[in-house]
Amino acid sequence: MLEVKNVTFSYKGMATNVLEEVSFMIEAGQCLAILGNNGAGKSTLLKCINRICPIQKGSVYIDKKDAYEMNTRILAQNIAYVPQRTEATDMTVFDTVLLGRKPYIKWDITVEDREIVADIISQMGLEKFALRNISTLSGGEAQIVMLSRALAQQPKVLLLDEPTSNLDLKNQHEVLQIVRNIAEKNQISVAIVIHDLNLAAHYCDKFLLMKDKNVYSDGGIETLTSDAIGAVYGIDVEILDYKNTKLVVPLSN
Amino acid sequence: MQKKTIAQLDLYNKYIRRKHLVVLVTMVLMIFFALYSMSVGSIKVSFSDIFKALTGKGDALSNTTILNIRLPRVVAAILVGAALASAGAVMQCVLRNQLASASTLGVSQGAAFGAALGIVVFGGGVVNSANATSAITINNPYIVTLCAFVFGSISTLVVIVISRIKRDIGPAGLVLAGVALSSLFGGGSTLLQYFTDDTKLGAIVFWTFGNLGSANMKELLVLAIALGIALIYFMFNRWNYNAMESGTDTAQSLGVNTRSVMLISMTFCSLLSAVAVSFVGIISFVGLVAPHIMRRLVGNDYRYLIPGSAIAGSLLLILADIFGRSIVAPVILPIGALTSFLGAPMFLFLLFRKGDKNAGS
Repeated sequence: MLEVKNVTFSYKGMATNVLEEVSFMIEAGQCLAILGNNGAGKSTLLKCINRICPIQKGSVYIDKKDAYEMNTRILAQNIAYVPQRTEATDMTVFDTVLLGRKPYIKWDITVEDREIVADIISQMGLEKFALRNISTLSGGEAQIVMLSRALAQQPKVLLLDEPTSNLDLKNQHEVLQIVRNIAEKNQISVAIVIHDLNLAAHYCDKFLLMKDKNVYSDGGIETLTSDAIGAVYGIDVEILDYKNTKLVVPLSN
Repeated sequence: MQKKTIAQLDLYNKYIRRKHLVVLVTMVLMIFFALYSMSVGSIKVSFSDIFKALTGKGDALSNTTILNIRLPRVVAAILVGAALASAGAVMQCVLRNQLASASTLGVSQGAAFGAALGIVVFGGGVVNSANATSAITINNPYIVTLCAFVFGSISTLVVIVISRIKRDIGPAGLVLAGVALSSLFGGGSTLLQYFTDDTKLGAIVFWTFGNLGSANMKELLVLAIALGIALIYFMFNRWNYNAMESGTDTAQSLGVNTRSVMLISMTFCSLLSAVAVSFVGIISFVGLVAPHIMRRLVGNDYRYLIPGSAIAGSLLLILADIFGRSIVAPVILPIGALTSFLGAPMFLFLLFRKGDKNAGS
């Protein structure tokens, strides 16, 4: 379970805060969509949770333990993070996923580390790419490799920054379905920064709408109303019910 | 374990064995050419006589030739090549810049200025013309090394500060900063040479040619200790470097303290370059070329890239030395010039390589 309490953050040398008093909670096995305009502080919020951007005020708890009190190795065993962009490097898929074992490595990888990675590669259907260079993969395949690396960390919390931004429709659904399955199967709390409200509505349990550095609303699908979306994004939308899911349709002027 | 998992592990183990083999073959080649290097020269010495001399069973002539002249030279090539190449591989990683090396970032030239300062101001160098092989020696290597380290570190510090403040500077921009630093320290060295006496001027000028024969065993021991400590640190951080290849955010999320790894690694790189430069002079581009050859063979996996680069650096310097000693024998060409001939095309190739966003522009 991830609990974020009254988190306030500003970048060094900046007078104004990027985040102010942000609080929310994600139960184990739940997916939370973090929504809001560009510049609302969504990606920064993820970086604050895993201490890439250390917060000035507030606290972050993982299973009631203070994440800011953990050493970096323990923190990395608890929180996995897939950034928006991962720099392409001359490394095979197996070696990239193996990096997920980094927080557990003392001097060198163990047989167990290799077995965990081989197992994840099989589960994620990456066998045929295992020894291919990651830079030769398509966007969707590379994103699944990054998810696999995060999974190799065996985390309690998974943070994903726009995991579908560069993917086609099929890959968007495949990747989010995998995330959904991982969250439920491994009882991981997942936070996803995402722009596509329909994908969010389809795959997530909770929705954190952010506006002007603060939380506008936080709750289940019932909080994803046309009023809330209108207030946050500044656009009129209609919410339609379609086969047990909600569709957000922008209205033209 | 599932069948699929076992198959994956088998494939990966085979892939890893190939990397082991590459490092092993490079090592065998390096040892072979090290022995060959000891056999060639004005006095030909057979491999069996080399072994005899190394085990203390050789005759007086081969003992003198091998133990006093050629062995220190080969050991210098091995240590200096390993120091510059491993430092180059690590610099390229922590600065996220494939053009980084001690020579391209101005570290060598900073160290060279420091060493010249050590020679001129602190009297670290003397000219001893008693015999041709030890025309220039450094009689107080520690003060020269210290000065080289301090000024090599100043270059390093400036490069780190520039890369932190101006994050969008890019690889070519950082190398331009290195050019500016090289120019600055080059000017300083010129002034030192202008105002010093002929003896010290000779020491500095000869020393800037790069000469593997100028280091004695005492100095090489200092370099060996520095290299040993740095290699242990580099190897201890090989997984951190692997993580840093994926970007700073990813590395941090994997538990790497990127800032301290970068600062400590750059300090070690600076120390290695400074010690190497202070003992044998400026030897350019080995730190750039050797890691790039190994990247082609073992990828960006620092478990193999660090030892592989170190061995390849040694091999390159040994080959350059053999070439320099045999091409217009008995004249020995300066090794620094030869490595520059080798490195400059490689540097240009990397700079203009198409479709590589880490290079050039």
